[in-house]
Amino acid sequence: MPFRIVRLLAFYAALVGVWQLVAMAEIWPPYLFPAPGSVFDSLWHNIENHLILDALQISLKRLAVGYLISFGLGMVIGIAMGTVRWVDETVGSLVLGLQSLPSITWLPLALLWFGLNDKAIIFVVLMGSIFAIAISARAGVQSVPGLLKRAALTLGAARWQMYRYVVLPAMLPAMIQGLKLGWSFAWRSLMAGELLFVSLGLGHLLNLGRDLNDMSLVVAVMLVIIAVGLTVDRLIFGRVEGWVQERWGLT
Amino acid sequence: MPDLLSLQGVRKRFITSRHNTTALDRITMSVREGEFVCIVGPSGCGKSTLLNIMAGLDTPDEGQALFDDRPIKKPGPERVLVFQEPALYPWLNVRANVEFGLKLKGVGVKARRERADRYLGLVNLRRFERAYVHELSGGMKHRVQLARALAVEPRMLLMDEPFAALDAQTRDVLQGELQTIWAETGTTIVFVTHNVREAVILGDRVLVMTPAPGRMKQEIPVPLPRPRSPDAHSVVDLASRVRGELTHDIYASPAPEDSYAI
Repeated sequence: MPFRIVRLLAFYAALVGVWQLVAMAEIWPPYLFPAPGSVFDSLWHNIENHLILDALQISLKRLAVGYLISFGLGMVIGIAMGTVRWVDETVGSLVLGLQSLPSITWLPLALLWFGLNDKAIIFVVLMGSIFAIAISARAGVQSVPGLLKRAALTLGAARWQMYRYVVLPAMLPAMIQGLKLGWSFAWRSLMAGELLFVSLGLGHLLNLGRDLNDMSLVVAVMLVIIAVGLTVDRLIFGRVEGWVQERWGLT
Repeated sequence: MPDLLSLQGVRKRFITSRHNTTALDRITMSVREGEFVCIVGPSGCGKSTLLNIMAGLDTPDEGQALFDDRPIKKPGPERVLVFQEPALYPWLNVRANVEFGLKLKGVGVKARRERADRYLGLVNLRRFERAYVHELSGGMKHRVQLARALAVEPRMLLMDEPFAALDAQTRDVLQGELQTIWAETGTTIVFVTHNVREAVILGDRVLVMTPAPGRMKQEIPVPLPRPRSPDAHSVVDLASRVRGELTHDIYASPAPEDSYAI
């Protein structure tokens, strides 16, 4: 095993060890500060009885729907902002303004508009990520070298073909950070929304843990949330980034 | 042979907030089908603007640009522009870059593959068809760009100082290849350069332009047998004559009001 991995494992082993020692010292009662063992028990137990997996499935579905909608709309808005001057000067200022508004503040309105259901929470997720994606799409469109567009035109590209085959792929490298930012905003908005009303997702499980005084469950769900974050980052964005680096020859 | 392209009194101005520049002033010239015409001129004489107008990427303020007796209104694959910097798509491999124009046209997969095979072979890049752009040397990138342009089988190839950024040896090799390709395909070529010897090696005619505003100054026919070696005495002699025309112009008084019709 390479040294780096050994060091990493040792670091986490030490972290869990310190956690165990603090728990054993019983500075706080166990129901406030659970030991690692009881957290992992709770994790295992609740995975086995499907509580966590069901909640995870619900949360991921909301996240995927919300993120995909905001990707689609954000791309359209961002490309329009990056291409048409007056759109940038009007819609652009609104996008910048709304970007600075924490998306969870949309929840009260969303609940009134859509009712206590998935739509309300997907709306909050959408509002969390759409502006970051639009802003990065705007930057992405403007980063496309004019030379590449002119090359397509001289080879006979119609306008839509130029966008489809040149602008869309060429804007990707400049957009990756924005897409990641949008995803992390979406994930945070989803958790905040789920915490705030009964909704059956992971956020709701956190609330349930609090109501039952089951801190082991709360910490177990937090671990699941971290795991989802890392997995999406590595599996989806890591791959896109790797692809861009390979094709563009960036290091 | 009839004229494939003709410019009549083409004028182009660029207006900025600080001043107006006349980039091209009453350019009149024509290119016959199958001909290889080189245009030389110092930097800033509007050579690139001229090619952009021929390609349809830019429009003249005055005068007419005709291709096949019809006004040039927009860019199209019958007049492909080859840029000084190889404008390749980094997300596509060499083969996909070469097939790009054919895909736009809606050519089927099989026909696309055959066409790409032919032109990749013509520029000696069959072995690198799977490579990505950043893995290629400067000369190879230019070959890919040339193959991509040839693959749509344009009636006219417009080349904007395509070898200017290359080292001398690579440029010699590519000049040789371009002569072979021109002989094999018979495509009409308009080739812009500031390298006088390159113009004499490649062209049937060399058109000399004056700087700011760009005007046509003189036409020098190149009656030398092909293929031409860069070191042949005849090439060197003619190049020095063309160079004389150019330098005379840079140091002499401003060009006269009337342009020379060619």
